[in-house]
Amino acid sequence: MQQSTSHLFHDNVRHAVNDDNLRVSLETMKTGFRFKRLAAIDRLPEFEDLREEGKALKDHVLAHLDLYLEAFEKKVIEQGGMVHWCANAAEAQQVVLDICRSVGARTVTKGKSMISEEIGLNDYLEKNGVQPIETDLGEYIIQLRHEAPSHIIAPAIHVRKEMVADAFRATHTHRPADRDLSEPRSLLDEAREELRDKFLAADVGITGANMLIAETGTSVIVTNEGNGDLTQLLPKVHVVLASLEKVVPTLNDASTVLRLLARSATGQEASTYVTFSSGPRRADDLDGPEQYHVILLDNGRSKMLGSEFQDMLRCIRCGACMNHCPVYGAIGGHAYGWVYPGPMGSVLTPALIGIENAAPLPNASTLCGRCESVCPMKIPLPRMLRAWREQEFERHLTPPRAVWALKVHTALASRLRLYRWATRLGAWALRIWGGRRGSFDHIPFAQDWTDSRTMAAPQYGRTFMDLYANRPNAHITNKER
Amino acid sequence: MDQSEISAPRPPVRVALFITCLADMFRPAVGFATVALLEQAGCEVVVPQGQTCCGQPQWNSGDRRGAQKLARAMITAFEQAEVDYVVAPSGSCIGMVKDWPQVFSDDAAWQQRATAIAEKSWELTSFLVDRLGWTQVQAHLEGIAAYHDSCTGKRKLGVAAQPRALLAGVAGLEVRDLSAPEECCGFGGTFCVKYGDISSRMVTDKAKDIIATGADTLLAGDVGCLLNMQGRLRRLGSPIKVRHVAEVLANMGDQPAIGEGE
Ligand code: SF4
Repeated sequence: MQQSTSHLFHDNVRHAVNDDNLRVSLETMKTGFRFKRLAAIDRLPEFEDLREEGKALKDHVLAHLDLYLEAFEKKVIEQGGMVHWCANAAEAQQVVLDICRSVGARTVTKGKSMISEEIGLNDYLEKNGVQPIETDLGEYIIQLRHEAPSHIIAPAIHVRKEMVADAFRATHTHRPADRDLSEPRSLLDEAREELRDKFLAADVGITGANMLIAETGTSVIVTNEGNGDLTQLLPKVHVVLASLEKVVPTLNDASTVLRLLARSATGQEASTYVTFSSGPRRADDLDGPEQYHVILLDNGRSKMLGSEFQDMLRCIRCGACMNHCPVYGAIGGHAYGWVYPGPMGSVLTPALIGIENAAPLPNASTLCGRCESVCPMKIPLPRMLRAWREQEFERHLTPPRAVWALKVHTALASRLRLYRWATRLGAWALRIWGGRRGSFDHIPFAQDWTDSRTMAAPQYGRTFMDLYANRPNAHITNKER
Repeated sequence: MDQSEISAPRPPVRVALFITCLADMFRPAVGFATVALLEQAGCEVVVPQGQTCCGQPQWNSGDRRGAQKLARAMITAFEQAEVDYVVAPSGSCIGMVKDWPQVFSDDAAWQQRATAIAEKSWELTSFLVDRLGWTQVQAHLEGIAAYHDSCTGKRKLGVAAQPRALLAGVAGLEVRDLSAPEECCGFGGTFCVKYGDISSRMVTDKAKDIIATGADTLLAGDVGCLLNMQGRLRRLGSPIKVRHVAEVLANMGDQPAIGEGE
């Protein structure tokens, strides 16, 4: 499984907020993705109905997951493919390696796959003598930079084009050093040329799957570069990496999801390439792989079924929640420390790697609710973030300082006389201390606030309750308590 | 909001003021403004003495027992007030009241009581406009105000048009929207101190957006968000005055703004 630094979230954040390159990249993301999504949705008046439809569809699938997965498997086998059920990352790694070895593969090309990231496949293959080559431009860039993706649909969103040029110069040393790499187009062309031979040389092509269709035994991928098609068509063997919840019943259902996905992700009506693969090449096919394997990864998902986190399995990985998240927008994806960033990551990561290894994530949210409002699958992300916080509290994973502060606050706020006395005293003392200026520049023990903000002193130096009680016509109820 | 489909209630409507702990301690003027507005709209206002905090810090920190403890005291206080409605000058706190039934998901008896209170609880501007159909604001303030929509009010309670409809009645005031009105200001209750560096990023973006409107005043419906934005604006050296929308609507816009001395 991919290593995690989620427990080091605070350090990651400190690093991220001071990264000026990241700042610029995230600004472009905010304007780009958000604007395009909004425009696409404005053009589709029935988008809200479509969301309901998508949600109902996925809820239905999750209620009958075993049924649809078995139907999918049956169909794949009928069509000459193979399905490998893998309980965890290690099993999935092993199956992929075994397939590579069975055909003597030296290099494998890869389309974009978050499951590959989740199981740490590249490192594993490399360690075992198989060279993985990412063919999605974003993935290719971060592979050269030895990084993890920082966004689920735009893995290199944190990398500015100058940094891409640097990475290309450092890697493609056989090319003239003085070539012009200042434009995105020249970068794209160079990547294409570099990858062309790799496509042809690869023995195995590995892709992810945006969906699996039970009715037809089909895996579906969605790309904008066409790299996925070459990855899965040219090599002898096509391996599909998919997690359990990717299955949908019919082709028609797949189209519902596709309509939601493209609009929510990139604001497109449809992605440039939507590719359906149903098994290896048939006798009369002109091209296609000789073998077709689907890895069905569980890795903790079946445990989410029936739990308060089941709704998370509706996720179609569109990235809208992170595109609109103010926290993601402030710190980028790497700070989250594992494969899935943003709100969906803060809910999913604890479920997959354990809340004890990802305790800060669900807390790093103001619960502003914007993620839920844009999620095409209407996943109640804030409710689930709070549910994780509750588990943390019950399992004593909440930082002791926070627990102590809550205890003090509860004790105070549940003792009416004490509370009134303490707030009166507090308002009075802070007002005097704040002096005539009306606010504080610095408050010891509250630097997290005053480092970037002044703190207003209480107005009047008296509480409302105190002032109101002294009004001649005050209308106070249950005074005696 | 199905409650608004019922015809406007007959006066006098008896309303309990839920002052909210931040307004109680930091900005009593918001409480007085709320009382004044409710009275102008023909309500009889009572202030239940038994209220302290709605339990949101506990609930959002995963401390269900703590949240229940505080919610029970609040529910009792509002029940004893025997009112038709509970109104607070805060979307966030009313959002919490609306969560009380969930807080008691393991306690049917309290859940029922929580639901009864939650169903009659309203954010101030939404209560005036949606429930009472009242917009006869008698106020004057010369200037340009930027309006910030607080997240819970906007997304959970649908508060956005109501404060603007009321502000339209303030003579001399022009109201401007922010360029990114959906964006959270970064307050988030305990979030702003737990994740100070993220919060300060967020509030910096918000402050820049506010400044760019060219407004001389910032208005919003939640004291928490206001304290946060005011603190950042002041630190950035901005002279923008920050007030709760209720103060302006109640014609109390001439008092020192939040964070100003005498
Ligand atoms: S949680 Fe929703 S918005 Fe986020 S990636 Fe999944 S489907 Fe998209």
